[in-house]
Amino acid sequence: MAKKSFRETLREWDEGNFDFTMKTAGIPLPENEDGKEKEGSEWSRTPHLRTAGSEIKAFSKLYPVFAGLLLFAVITFLLLVIVEMPPFNSPDTPANRSEVTWRYIRSGLSETGAVNIVAGVILDYRAFDTLGESHVLFAATVAVMILMLAKREEEEPEEELSILRNDLILQNTAKVLVPFLLMFGAYIILNGHLGPGGGFSGGAVLGGALILYSSAFHPGKLQKILNMKSYRIIVLLALSFYSGMKCYSFFSGANGLETIFGTGTPGAILSAGLILPLNIAVGLVVACTMYGFYAIFTRGRI
Amino acid sequence: MNFCLNFPLFLIVGSLLFSVISSVLPKKAARVLTLFLTLAGALLNLVIAVYCQRTGGSFTYLMGHYPHPWGNELRIGFVEALFSSVFSAVLFLTVVGGRTTLEKRVAREKGQFYYCMCDLVQAALLVLVYTNDLFTGYVFIEICTIASCGILMIRENGRTILAAVRYMIFSLIGSGLFLLGVIFLYAVTGHLLMPNLRESIAALVSGQVYRLPLLASLCLITIGLSIKSGLFPFHIWMADTYGNAIPASSGILSGLISKGYIFFLIKIIFDVFGTEVFYASGIHNVVFALGALGILIGSVSAIRENNILRMSAFSSAAQIGYIFMGLGLSPALGMEAALFHIIAHAVTKPALFLAAGYLSDSMGSAKKFRNLSGAGYVNPAAGVFFSFEAFSMIGLPLTAGFISKYLFGIAAFESTHNKMIPTLLVLAVSTVLNTAYFARTVLRIYSKNKEPGKFMRVAVKEQKNYMVSAAVFTALNILFGVLAYPLIDMLAVGLTVF
Repeated sequence: MAKKSFRETLREWDEGNFDFTMKTAGIPLPENEDGKEKEGSEWSRTPHLRTAGSEIKAFSKLYPVFAGLLLFAVITFLLLVIVEMPPFNSPDTPANRSEVTWRYIRSGLSETGAVNIVAGVILDYRAFDTLGESHVLFAATVAVMILMLAKREEEEPEEELSILRNDLILQNTAKVLVPFLLMFGAYIILNGHLGPGGGFSGGAVLGGALILYSSAFHPGKLQKILNMKSYRIIVLLALSFYSGMKCYSFFSGANGLETIFGTGTPGAILSAGLILPLNIAVGLVVACTMYGFYAIFTRGRI
Repeated sequence: MNFCLNFPLFLIVGSLLFSVISSVLPKKAARVLTLFLTLAGALLNLVIAVYCQRTGGSFTYLMGHYPHPWGNELRIGFVEALFSSVFSAVLFLTVVGGRTTLEKRVAREKGQFYYCMCDLVQAALLVLVYTNDLFTGYVFIEICTIASCGILMIRENGRTILAAVRYMIFSLIGSGLFLLGVIFLYAVTGHLLMPNLRESIAALVSGQVYRLPLLASLCLITIGLSIKSGLFPFHIWMADTYGNAIPASSGILSGLISKGYIFFLIKIIFDVFGTEVFYASGIHNVVFALGALGILIGSVSAIRENNILRMSAFSSAAQIGYIFMGLGLSPALGMEAALFHIIAHAVTKPALFLAAGYLSDSMGSAKKFRNLSGAGYVNPAAGVFFSFEAFSMIGLPLTAGFISKYLFGIAAFESTHNKMIPTLLVLAVSTVLNTAYFARTVLRIYSKNKEPGKFMRVAVKEQKNYMVSAAVFTALNILFGVLAYPLIDMLAVGLTVF
């Protein structure tokens, strides 16, 4: 390639005809015939051409080496940190001795009314985090809908699922298991303030049951009850109820007002103030999210 | 307690609620909700800012019935309120201005999801600015990550999806490192609320215990958030992402979401570690160096680009570099300059992306410079506003960009000697480089078109929304550029109670 004067190069750059990457690779820029670029043409053209230059080749060879060195350095640093960290499982760690943990354990029951301290922490002491967390799930479903939601007129891919659907073993297992799974999920959600469990774990069990049923049988059966419309209504109601209740609770807390939700008798099913209804709301959202992911990923709609 | 201190709660829960409601509404109604919400955010936060400025203090607001260290809290002060107000206002203006391209490029049945994601972005930004709890910050960083991927992916085009995946990978690595840092902090202190963390960390530092875990967590949090905001070695996602997204998304991402993460980092430096610990750790030197390198390399990459959107993206990388350079410079003046630059860039960049998007649309979706000749005549409004925002990015007087460069200069003179010369040099060189690529763009859009009459001149009627929003952006820019000093004084006072 003939060496151009600085002035010419500058003009080329100004007109947008000078490509530095091409220059590095030693390849002249292909001319466009009609002056108008086609969508995607550059995409197919450049990646392999751009790696043709010798510098870029050397870079791609050295890249794994440097990446390995960096990884090694980071791992060594983190291992050194671990050595200095408080020992795991010891009662003397700062986290175990802190006033926060003690208050949760000692007065969690009397302040929140929840026998399950974890439920008390996530739905009362630190309820704002959990409010955010359930909206993370909501945001994730919306993002999946943006990506995968099929247009209405498209037919669902019947062939891939038909093999599964006619599986006798799967269908009989599902017939036996699904009622129990649904019952167990509901139990975990409703029992969240009394024992291990809560909205997140119970919702996951419910979602699993729905996925099992829908993969064993024709999805049309489940769609009669759980379709896009009912899905939206459930999520809308659950999350608005959650936001509304928590807005009331935060507002009353910050302004020093009494709430109308008492803690009740610890151990009774209707106790612990808002924790039970909030667990139900979270459980519904989690179940819908799990089933929604499955449905959108397999057939592009719920 | 004054009633206006409840506004952040209403705005945050309102944004979450509106996002859920928007997802089931038709597109038009969802848009009205988003516009209402962001406008309310701008105005109500301004009221809080005025109130906090009058009383001269900052307030904690219980999110529940339990004070720190047991329950979640918000912390409301002048700086926080001012930034939320600016963020909401910019979100409002970007959605108003980007509406035309938005509705052209987004599939009809998915339009409401875009507004739903915008509501979530507003909620996440408000929480990142107001929270007094490190872990709440993490939860809303997650929301921010997912929502920003959503607003990128909404344009269904192979390259956009690829860019969004790349952005998501970077962003998730950032979140992961941040979470690891928070876990380390919790393990050595047993707290998650900022005031308690600050006390415990001060005790640990004076007692010389757990020095390595503290350093590690500071590193991880700084690196995590700087990956997410696009500091120099981690800026490579920007070009593809901003080059392929719809202009409104690029504006929201570069003008707001990156800034939200940086503001949260500044908040962590002040409220969790304390400026003394941060500026004794030596990390500020690394941040300073990366920021300065980012400015230079970002500007050089912008000069090399032949695509107007990718050029603006690299210019964003350079601007992020300025903010981090100020952050590494000094806790007082450098931080003020960084904070002012966040505002200045937030009112400039979205407008620049919108203008670039309209220019490229008016030339039949051309993005390369060689096809953009004369775009300024085809779409006069976008041309004028693009030129103005470009002048602000270069830092001509009367614009906000000038004031922020001036503040960086002042901060450099007041800092230690080994940073003064590099800062001034970087400022000088980067201004020349900025001028090179922006002057080239402005000259290109006002040069003679090779095929006159091929593209119809865009009528005013077609882009009323855009013109209103760009005019307000310009007015805000001039306002911050002319009346900067009262604002800077208030920022300085606000930083003392930050």
